[in-house]
Amino acid sequence: MSTTLIVLGVIALILVLMYNSLIGKKNQVDNIFAGVDAVLKKRYDLIPNLVASVSRYMEHEKGLLEKVTALRAQATKPNLSDERVIELDKQISSALGSIMVAVENYPQLKANENVMHLQHTLHEVEAQIAAARRAYNQAVTDYNNAIEMIPTKIMAGFMRLTRKQVFEISEGERQNVNVKELFNA
Amino acid sequence: MKSISELTDFYYDTLYGDLKELEEERQKIARKLITLFVILGLVAAAIMLAIYRESGGMHDGMIFVAFAGVAIGAFAMKFMTKDYTHDFKFRIIRPMIHAIEDDLVYRPNDRLSETLFERSGIFRQRIDRYNGNDLVTGTIEGTDLRFSDVHAEYRTKDSKGRTSWHTIFQGLFIMAEFNKHFKGRTVILPDRAEKLFGSLVGSWLQSKNFSREALVKMDDPAFEKAFVVYGTDQIEARYILTHAMMKRLLDFKKRSKEEIFVSFVGSHIHVAVSGGDRFEPAVFKSLLSYEQAMAYIATLKLAIGIVEELKLNQRLWSKQ
Repeated sequence: MSTTLIVLGVIALILVLMYNSLIGKKNQVDNIFAGVDAVLKKRYDLIPNLVASVSRYMEHEKGLLEKVTALRAQATKPNLSDERVIELDKQISSALGSIMVAVENYPQLKANENVMHLQHTLHEVEAQIAAARRAYNQAVTDYNNAIEMIPTKIMAGFMRLTRKQVFEISEGERQNVNVKELFNA
Repeated sequence: MKSISELTDFYYDTLYGDLKELEEERQKIARKLITLFVILGLVAAAIMLAIYRESGGMHDGMIFVAFAGVAIGAFAMKFMTKDYTHDFKFRIIRPMIHAIEDDLVYRPNDRLSETLFERSGIFRQRIDRYNGNDLVTGTIEGTDLRFSDVHAEYRTKDSKGRTSWHTIFQGLFIMAEFNKHFKGRTVILPDRAEKLFGSLVGSWLQSKNFSREALVKMDDPAFEKAFVVYGTDQIEARYILTHAMMKRLLDFKKRSKEEIFVSFVGSHIHVAVSGGDRFEPAVFKSLLSYEQAMAYIATLKLAIGIVEELKLNQRLWSKQ
């Protein structure tokens, strides 16, 4: 009789621990996602200013500038799903990258203090975003591992937890950022 | 900054006159010390033999005599090498530091303050005794830098009331201004658990380390294998430890050939490199030996070169 009780107690304890660890991992993902969101917002705030400063000179890149403005409008809408945020971030990163390359073709822009200021600020925000993405990916990997590994997998099934998506880190970001070079640009 | 070979040239060319004089002094001291040690050894042996005969076997007194002999020897050595050490630091170490960077200030008897050492948050043990010497302070390419030899210990008492001292850390402690803004605390320690128990059990144990902040798993396998990271902020830890920074820290560890501990607290980077007391003159080895010269040069290069090696001089634009 007492053995049965002990066995049941131990099983209950294991279930509780499993449940709590899954919830902990899920909350960690949400928590870090909030951090990602915060730095992404910082970048969105820079975009209108940047577009306004460069559009006078950038005749050939009108399409690009419009695209970035449109993407920003979508990204700042409330209640976006995590997947959508990740997708939009990817598109904005690549569009902003193209604008930054295009700036190189305009000596007037490179001499413009305001544009340079924006560019430097953007680089700093990009570094923060890169860090936030890496933190998020680690949290998601821990979470995904937990819901796909036995024995927590079974518990996760009951809790209806599903896999989450990670940010793809582009090859360019993995490479060493040479700050000096950025400043000399 | 001067290269290792330029510094070696400086050591053997510019400092040669001083080195030769000091080397003669060293040989004199070494001869005296050896004579003293032999006499001390003989006297101690004679007393121990007398005790052995008197008590007809082993006796606690013999251990006492042995300890006393060693203590007297150590004291005599310290006393006899005092002037020589002082001369060595002023005539050899100081010019070498100035050869690397003219503006650096060298204070042989001073150390990095205990407050700064504690503030780094690398070592959690209570400090009961704190010593150090050879403080160097100054600015390298606009970056504040200070380092010194440091020895921190704690005391324990056993059931019989005997106190013993244990080393928390001994070695070189370097502190420099960091080139990015941050608010929290990130600590990087040598990865002992993963080495002992493998990565799965090791990382589980590390995540249960309650004396530290949350475990931060890094996405560089080589770095993760060598170090374990704890931090107050997961995002900030990765903002500081970019892939480039992780690689530089690994290179720094390789170069130092010692265990290293790193922390980022209060807009500074702190690096503790284990090892003995570093800028002391050799007594029983020639000052002119290449090996000896390299030991001084490599340490100075490691400490002063940290700004260049970790690229601390490449400021974020907003921190300029």
